[in-house]
Amino acid sequence: MTMPYYVAPEQVMKDRAEYAQKGIARGRSLIACVYDTGILLVAENPSHTLHKISEIYDRIAFAGVGKYNEYDQLRVAGVRHADTKGFTYSREDVDARSLANLYAQYLGSVFTHEMKPLEVEILVAELGSGQRRTQLFHVAYEGTITDEEFFAVLGGDADPVREQFAASFQEGWNLSTALQAALQALSSPDSTLEASSLEVAILEQGSSRRAFRRLADDELSELLGA
Amino acid sequence: MALPLFDPTLDPGPNFTALLEREGVLQLAPSNDHGVSVAHGTTVLSLRFDKGVIMAGDRRATEGHSIAHRAMEKVFPADRYSAVAIAGSAGMAVEMVKLFQVQLEHYEKVEGVTLSLEGKANQLAQMVRAHLPLAMQGFVVVPLFCGFDLSRDTGRIFTYDAAGGHYEETDFQATGSGGRDARTTIKLGYRDDLTEDEAIELAVLALYEAADADSATGGPDVVRGIFPIVASVTADGYVQIQEDRIAERFESALAYRRSMGGNAGNTLR
Repeated sequence: MTMPYYVAPEQVMKDRAEYAQKGIARGRSLIACVYDTGILLVAENPSHTLHKISEIYDRIAFAGVGKYNEYDQLRVAGVRHADTKGFTYSREDVDARSLANLYAQYLGSVFTHEMKPLEVEILVAELGSGQRRTQLFHVAYEGTITDEEFFAVLGGDADPVREQFAASFQEGWNLSTALQAALQALSSPDSTLEASSLEVAILEQGSSRRAFRRLADDELSELLGA
Repeated sequence: MALPLFDPTLDPGPNFTALLEREGVLQLAPSNDHGVSVAHGTTVLSLRFDKGVIMAGDRRATEGHSIAHRAMEKVFPADRYSAVAIAGSAGMAVEMVKLFQVQLEHYEKVEGVTLSLEGKANQLAQMVRAHLPLAMQGFVVVPLFCGFDLSRDTGRIFTYDAAGGHYEETDFQATGSGGRDARTTIKLGYRDDLTEDEAIELAVLALYEAADADSATGGPDVVRGIFPIVASVTADGYVQIQEDRIAERFESALAYRRSMGGNAGNTLR
């Protein structure tokens, strides 16, 4: 019988983190930010059917970057959790905080116990109403959870994007300005992104119970042109 | 609550009922061997008009021979483009509607697309069928389902029986204890090219006739200001008709009947 080689736990964690980061870095960045009447989520996504941004519940949205099959599995689990909770208790008892915590626990346990960590970074956004505040929960591949009040940037090369977006961020700006700033930050210095290669959705305050809405290409061009 | 993640071979997919079963949320059927008396909802109806479909229901729920509720709602939006109305054992029917609404939304979110109208009607049939053991014990739930079919650009109506059989109706249908009177009234006044206003009027008259002949169906309650609920589903989605508009219709119908000594006097009014 051969004995397995001893590998220091620090090394194991470091290797796993590196592996996950590499996987995430292959994808493009994603920005979520608060504007005067809602939350804007923008991602670079050439596909019109494989979404990075989706609806979880009445006022909760999900966004993921990294490996599609992995974050999509998390998205579906989120929809299931929210619908079951809302059906068992009441619609108003469904909140982003508890869902983000569940995601964090799951990602954390996969990171420490499984062979392969999940190569994803996700965001759970909740549009506030009444007593509840608008919040953005950012959960990293190893289960680290942070809550942001105004904006979050996810994805591989997030730091320069975050820096640029932070510089242009203004509290209480409107949708059109926020979208233009997000597009600017996501674009590389030498080329601007086309509206057709963007996936954009919003959670907007309004009369409708379901606040989540995708923005179609024509609406996008209008907002970007203004 | 834990994060609901499943092995791919055991995954419930977009089926919310299967998910609830897996999570242990759905309760087993209670038994009614003791003949518990429960509230019953009564007359609901649906009819097509040129641009969509109307769904209407009275507001009364009965428990044996007494009135249990005077302002019960029996017409609900199932999702943006469909409506469901219920007759039968009230508590279970309302619970079934709630489950049906969540199921449609759940499917839409998990799959990223909405179910076809046919698919929604089928889904409801499965829920009624799953309810059969309770129906055998006296808790019968008979829904009526209608919606606007975006792929065919027309309103469609589906009826159900207690065993979960579902049938598509061509123009109109009514169920519940006063359903027969309501159906006859609609039959006499129905045309293919009814406008929305005319269809609302016909729905109101049909409910009036049902309440006139059936003790379990509630008529317009002018003292408390409670009127039947009428909803319309068109290409623009589900809209509940404002109560004052319905009240107006009833008042003019009542005034006419009064002048005719209680009869319809050669018109349907």
